[in-house]
Amino acid sequence: MSDEQALVMARRTLLEPAGLGERELERLFGQVMHAQVDHADAYFQYSRHESWSLEEGIVKSGSYNIEAGVGVRAVSGEKTGFAYSDEIALPALLEAGTTARAIARAGAAVSVPVAWRAAPTRALYVPDDPLASLADADKVRLLERVEQAARAMDSRVKQVMASLAAVHEVVLIARSDGQMTGDVRPLVRLSVTVIVERDGRRESGSSGGGGRVTYGHFSDEVALGFAREAVRQALVNLDAGDAPAGSMPVVLGPGWPGILLHEAIGHGLEGDFNRKGTSAFAGRIGERVAAPGITVVDDGTLPNRRGSLSVDDEGTPTQRTVLIEDGFLRGYMQDQMNARLMGVAPTGNGRRESYAHMPYPRMTNTYMLAGDRNPAEIIASVDRGLYAVNFGGGQVDITSGKFVFSAAEAYLIERGRVTRPIKGATLIGNGPDVLTRVSMIGNDLQLDPGVGTCGKEGQSVPVGVGQPTLRIDALTVGGTQS
Amino acid sequence: MSAVASVPAASVADEASRARLAAVVEMALAEARRLGASQSEVAVNVSQGLSVTVRLGEVETLEHTRDKGIGVTVYFGTRSGSASSTDLTEPAVRETVRAACSIAKFTAEDDCAGLAERARLATRFPDLGLHHPWNPATDEAIEMARACEDAARGLDARISNSEGGSLSTQEAIEVYGNSHGFLAGTAGTRHSLSVSVIAQVAGAMQRDYWYSLARNARDLQAAEDIGHIAAHRTVRRLGARQLSTRECPVLFEAPLAGSLLSHLVGAVRGGSLYRRTSFLLDSLGQQVFAPGIRIHEQPYLVGAIGSAAYDSEGVATTPRDLVRDGVLQGYVLDSYSGRKLAMPSTGNAGGVHNLTLDPGPYDLAGLLKLMGTGLLVTELIGFGVNAVTGDYSRGAAGFWVEGGEVQYPVEEITIAGNLKEMYRAIIGVGNDVDTRGNLRTGSILIERMTVAGN
Repeated sequence: MSDEQALVMARRTLLEPAGLGERELERLFGQVMHAQVDHADAYFQYSRHESWSLEEGIVKSGSYNIEAGVGVRAVSGEKTGFAYSDEIALPALLEAGTTARAIARAGAAVSVPVAWRAAPTRALYVPDDPLASLADADKVRLLERVEQAARAMDSRVKQVMASLAAVHEVVLIARSDGQMTGDVRPLVRLSVTVIVERDGRRESGSSGGGGRVTYGHFSDEVALGFAREAVRQALVNLDAGDAPAGSMPVVLGPGWPGILLHEAIGHGLEGDFNRKGTSAFAGRIGERVAAPGITVVDDGTLPNRRGSLSVDDEGTPTQRTVLIEDGFLRGYMQDQMNARLMGVAPTGNGRRESYAHMPYPRMTNTYMLAGDRNPAEIIASVDRGLYAVNFGGGQVDITSGKFVFSAAEAYLIERGRVTRPIKGATLIGNGPDVLTRVSMIGNDLQLDPGVGTCGKEGQSVPVGVGQPTLRIDALTVGGTQS
Repeated sequence: MSAVASVPAASVADEASRARLAAVVEMALAEARRLGASQSEVAVNVSQGLSVTVRLGEVETLEHTRDKGIGVTVYFGTRSGSASSTDLTEPAVRETVRAACSIAKFTAEDDCAGLAERARLATRFPDLGLHHPWNPATDEAIEMARACEDAARGLDARISNSEGGSLSTQEAIEVYGNSHGFLAGTAGTRHSLSVSVIAQVAGAMQRDYWYSLARNARDLQAAEDIGHIAAHRTVRRLGARQLSTRECPVLFEAPLAGSLLSHLVGAVRGGSLYRRTSFLLDSLGQQVFAPGIRIHEQPYLVGAIGSAAYDSEGVATTPRDLVRDGVLQGYVLDSYSGRKLAMPSTGNAGGVHNLTLDPGPYDLAGLLKLMGTGLLVTELIGFGVNAVTGDYSRGAAGFWVEGGEVQYPVEEITIAGNLKEMYRAIIGVGNDVDTRGNLRTGSILIERMTVAGN
């Protein structure tokens, strides 16, 4: 779909039913824009969300949600005024505009451009409604097949919980500079968690995936693959021993362990924290922050990925931004406001959870490029250490730079061989120097299967991560065996 | 600065608003009945608020919020479906009910599905003092946030930067009704004042914060006090180092000790028990905590954040002991999970109500003395808690303590153990109870955990 089609669809969904057109938007911006206001925008959104969940062998519940509204923002220097309405109609829009512009002192009115133009964008996903891409009865059957496959794998599987969810979102971003952009965004996700039990010991395993696609993504091969993966992981954990405690070499598997990058450096490279000087990376562009050979990018342009967007939530086309190049810090991720205040170009990272939230610089798909080492060779290089292949969540204190991420599947490496599984443990490190301790980079770059959600300022947005197998020479492992 | 004349917004929770929302609930219930649902329940809510942030003395954000929503669950016999919307107009409400009914065609028969038992629904609705509308003028809100930040920035020359002082105020009302004929509305307010600042020495930065949260703005801590506490908490972290790996006692400072209660609630929730995803299966009547520990619910505390006369299914709440003398007395159940476990609802659909760990005789200094040598934890990061096994491993920062005295700040460490053992190893509870949230406890001292560092 061309950007023009997306805009036509967005106007038809969001503006026309409310009798809104260019003249009404001009009236809004005429009211909001004054000499003290640098920039204003209105973010219209209509989204439909559904979820179906199975446990104890049956699909017990399903839910359907409709959300619609418009958020109006006025930016004046470092100040932001924001108001929103869950009613898309001219009076509510103008009221939100009046409230948002209260951030700036009254000043002379300025004229707003009347030459509306569309932003140049390219469609990275189909505009199709994923909720309508499968009959409801087939959604239920898909979850039932996942459940049966998981149970059929092993008699120790005692509980299977599976859920299927989809969002179809239509957004329109109108800006005071005359740019109007539409985007139609599908998002689906399938998640499986199993509980296994042996001799009174219970362990869990989880898997799942999705992206900006329709339910057609979940072929039997993909869906049953999630079930098998969850069971495999849970069975591994049944045999897991206590995790070691202390600093040691850590080998991270490819793909989802890339949340290392998201926590250790990603958040610290978001423009707002660097403009304000609150990030441990502030003022460090051009400095070495990672070992030679390490290149990390944030790329919102990967087709169909969970973290991708054709345009960000401020109407800026997404791009591939090099954050670290061959070990040197190259750039930050920017939204409109922070880019303007820092005197750089926006990078298409202005994102928001919904019309009821203000945009901030946020990640899209953040990953490290492949190196040239064979993964087996990397494991063989470790005398005693940890091999962690799957993770739960992570968190970072961007000011001190300390970050954690928690292993959900890990093994001991002894004399260059993976020996036995150990219980999950939290790994903790210091963002600005952890990547300087990377001594080997695998040739096996993988992106995660489409499960990531990132939280910041109380807002959740879907993201992606990825990396090749990595050896970190020293990282603190938070087990119980000291 | 900005000079903003704000018009105090009309209450969204007055009698007229309540009557309007009740009418929406009645309309949705009638529509569900018309479409053939055997049972149904509807919750409608409206809220509004103002939030301002002042950073480095200047207004940074000014945000007005106004939300509304409707949630509908319908039952056709033992099949259920749910739908929600942000649109309360009649056509949208009918559409929402229809969507819920449509989903119920595809969900499975489930014997335990359905509304709460009629006999358990609340019949008394005491005034719990939850609703104290404030509507500060925007300028007043800005001044409070600024005073809070000024106090923090002015306390110590090492405070080098700020994430800002914030004031936010919210008023909300929710009306819930179901096809048993239950219909009730609860209005509440929440006001908060907070500040987060950054201190710097020799290129290393540390950040910390403090906040006050209250139903009544009069109960908010003074802006200056909040600022001073935040600044003190921040500068004391400067010069933090890593510890070597060791085993030692760990003292959880009160503001984060509530997380230990939160893990307990997760483990004794009906949903975790019937799915067998809890590390406390079949623990009723068992010694889960150290002797002497009492943990109880106080749903009728006047003006508290977690107070409620009924839960989100309309079931009457009751003050009760969850743990007495360390022994687990009950679970945290809604109607559905209760039926799964063949037990009555405990009035906990939507969560617990002011869950309180009774204070011990010590203040924080007394607990430090009791600990002697060990780790005082003042910050936890990450989500390293396994709900199925109780295995616990989280990132931490705090202070190393010797001879009952704080020695130096520490960071980039983890603390690990298993919650089952940690609960039984509680050897001291403080009287420094943090009453801001729904989980109320003083500082908690645990006899031994593994600390991992360099």
